[in-house]
Amino acid sequence: MVFQRKHILGLEELDAREINLVLDTAASMKEVSERDVKKVPALKGTTVVNLFFEPSTRTRSSFEIAEKRLSADVLNFTLSQSSVIKGETLLDTARNLEAMGAGVIVIRHSMSGAPWLLAKELHSSIINAGDGSHEHPSQALLDLFTIREIKGEIGGLVVVIVGDIRHSRVARSNIWGFLRLGAEVRVVGPATLIPKEIEYMDVKVFYTLEEALKDADVVIMLRIQMERQGSEYFPSLREYSKFYGLSREKLRIAKDDVSVMHPGPINRGVELSSEVADDVNSVILDQVSNGIAVRMAMLYLVASGGRNV
Amino acid sequence: MKLLIKSGRIIDPSRNIDRVENILIEEGKISSYPAETKKLEKDKKINLIDASGKTVSPGFIDMHVHLREPGYEHKETIRTGCEAGAAGGFTSLVCMPNTNPINDNASVTEYILLKARKEGIVNVFPIGAITKGEKGESLAQIGEMFEAGCVGISDDGMPVMNSKVMRHAMEYVRPFNIPVISHAEDKNLSGNGVMNEGFFSNKLGLGGIPNASEEVIVARDITLAELTGVHLHIAHVSTAGSVRLIREAKARGIRVTAEATPHHVMLTDEAVLGYDTNAKVNPPIRTAEDVEFIRDGLKDGTIDAIATDHAPHSEDEKKVEFDLAPFGISGLETALPISLKLVTEGVLTLNQLIEKLTFNPAQIVNIDRGTLMVGAKADLVIFDTEKAFTVDRMKFRSKGKNSPFHGWKLTGHVEYTIVGGEIVYSA
Amino acid sequence: MAGKVLMNSETMTETVTRITREILERNPDANKLVIVGIRTRGIHLARRLADQIEKKTGIKPPLGTLDISLYRDDLGIKDEWPELKKTDIPFTVDKKSVILVDDVIFTGRTSRAAIEAIMDFGRPSIIQLAVLVDRGHRELPIQADYTGNRIDTNTGEKVKVLLSETDGTDAVVVSQE
Ligand SMILES: [Zn+2]
Repeated sequence: MVFQRKHILGLEELDAREINLVLDTAASMKEVSERDVKKVPALKGTTVVNLFFEPSTRTRSSFEIAEKRLSADVLNFTLSQSSVIKGETLLDTARNLEAMGAGVIVIRHSMSGAPWLLAKELHSSIINAGDGSHEHPSQALLDLFTIREIKGEIGGLVVVIVGDIRHSRVARSNIWGFLRLGAEVRVVGPATLIPKEIEYMDVKVFYTLEEALKDADVVIMLRIQMERQGSEYFPSLREYSKFYGLSREKLRIAKDDVSVMHPGPINRGVELSSEVADDVNSVILDQVSNGIAVRMAMLYLVASGGRNV
Repeated sequence: MKLLIKSGRIIDPSRNIDRVENILIEEGKISSYPAETKKLEKDKKINLIDASGKTVSPGFIDMHVHLREPGYEHKETIRTGCEAGAAGGFTSLVCMPNTNPINDNASVTEYILLKARKEGIVNVFPIGAITKGEKGESLAQIGEMFEAGCVGISDDGMPVMNSKVMRHAMEYVRPFNIPVISHAEDKNLSGNGVMNEGFFSNKLGLGGIPNASEEVIVARDITLAELTGVHLHIAHVSTAGSVRLIREAKARGIRVTAEATPHHVMLTDEAVLGYDTNAKVNPPIRTAEDVEFIRDGLKDGTIDAIATDHAPHSEDEKKVEFDLAPFGISGLETALPISLKLVTEGVLTLNQLIEKLTFNPAQIVNIDRGTLMVGAKADLVIFDTEKAFTVDRMKFRSKGKNSPFHGWKLTGHVEYTIVGGEIVYSA
Repeated sequence: MAGKVLMNSETMTETVTRITREILERNPDANKLVIVGIRTRGIHLARRLADQIEKKTGIKPPLGTLDISLYRDDLGIKDEWPELKKTDIPFTVDKKSVILVDDVIFTGRTSRAAIEAIMDFGRPSIIQLAVLVDRGHRELPIQADYTGNRIDTNTGEKVKVLLSETDGTDAVVVSQE
């Protein structure tokens, strides 16, 4: 199978075959990451720009390592949102980068849909590294990759996503991804943070964590950001943690071999108790190392797929 | 100059007329309906338009447009806005006060009217602000603006959130007998919403504006209208609940009128897919259920008028992140063909549609237009209900090319627009 | 399949046996040998060679597979990129005699990519190349150390290697495109 897409913008638009192709390619890339010389010349001569409008050292570093392992020329462009609002538009910035020869633009933006704007207006391949409350495809793909590696198969698994579903791009991408590969997806959190339309996405909605955890194979804990959610969505972190924080005790409700994931950075004691974060069930560090292989796969595939368009 | 319009199908809902007739226009007024035209046709001083097979009606009146001048001339000017209006069959435009400076005092009103007289090819009737700077705090110079020519007041786009201020505005304006036009939106409920709250906002990860955001203010303003006795006009109705509230208020005899836009009766929020900023508008395009209710409201008279909420923006302003793009659709040049779909789809008769584009809005803002009775100002439109074309937004006369209808194949084409007996547009 | 049969099952077996003998002649210390097949058909040929070496010497040489997609020099030009498969070289190549195995040598570009890839895994003392068919038309100064059959082709012709592992039969067929 040949990847036909010029861009990877979201999981919603990928079908199961395409998702599996990314995961298979990532498995090959993982082998490269395990070598002594972790570098191949695949993207030699290709300039990749990491255009980040939100500070995210993790995602950016992961992409940067992936790009360098593929021998791409890497340009990092990190802008604060405030400087953009008074200065040039996103499109102007991106067009400038394209004029400098960017073949692939990896964009992280605080506003939903920003990567679509670039895909519409530019010639470069666009990879969405997270847009607003919309999608975070590389995170979901690495979550799928990690779980497929551990469980062997995604189909039939019970996946529980916990927390701020409303504002979470990780949640949206994971919902699409796990559904496409045949898992049962449950979401759970305070009612203020679960949009009622989420049910149309074919997920099961819960408001108590204990109920949602029954028979769970995978638990994905979303990061809670008090500065984003403010106090109008729930009364306090303490109360949130009491109802939706994952303790070892609550985890016992899930299956014995449950995998606990978190996109990071973790607020210990809020989303997860420390003991759970460091538990054998926690695959959080696997997520980080798999992230590089998955991003290498995404870069390799868009650079190839783009030629067919 | 004299003008003879021959053999057109005259539809004039103000007089309940629908028949083929000839119209003679003299000195800018409707002078007569001559049965015999042979002699007139020989008169070299009379211009002749053969309107056979075409529809002739009072010129359309758009009671909700943004002409952007003064202050935002890169989006639109009074000149270009009027040209766009003429091309769309509009002979009168009622313009909202959110210019820069805001039309909250008589000098801005006078400036707009002066500009319109000098450069505008159609009639312009300004709306004054309710509060100073549309800040929702203290009353604007309502009396002086009325004297200068404002035909209503509204804080369109920045609705008055303080109910007490709104109450006093209504009380104050009532003796002037002009409407208070409400852009009904609870700004707190809307929050950072940029589209309809629902399936698609959730899917796109965009902030949603719930129906309730409109309905709580429609309910509040109806309640305040009942309290104060003012004529309340609800602008751009977008939700099923608003239609219900207005219908119920009318049934109880409250002085409330309402308008709907062509985009709110023809599109659903799916139009935003792909982050199309040309479909970003406030109030947002809603769901199929809301569209049904608004269509029912138009049909049963709950909604009196069709107005475009013409809100032109430059291409650069719309080619940005969806969150950053300004709200608004450039609507003047697609209003007729889009509205005609209501006729072909059986929602309205052609007569009802024209009534909502002419006589009703004239009544709401109380202007002497919207009729073809003898002696009336000769504002007319001649259009072809059958002629098909494809919308090309780049060909708009408006500076605002921001249309979600680009590429649509529509029927209904304006042939002539006549203002005060002068042809200001011909296809 | 239409076309000229260059090798049948019998001659292929003979060829593999001969190449094995040549490899062992030039590499008397079988302990230093590692065999790496280039995807896809090189893998099966590599396994056959390794089996023969084991049979002859009693020493089973480490067997690896190499996907050269990430090393191709035409990634920037080619319309369709190859689907990336896994490379599996679970042993050191340092100080080893690496025998790269492919079915056909043509332009030499695949071989070049394979050599570069092997170098990324370490520093072998020698890299040698074994192919079943050399069809000429080299674009790089690269030659095979062990060649099953050398034939003259024109560039329009297609040389197809069929192997029982993937195709149900052993044969080499030359046909017009
Ligand atoms: Zn408005």
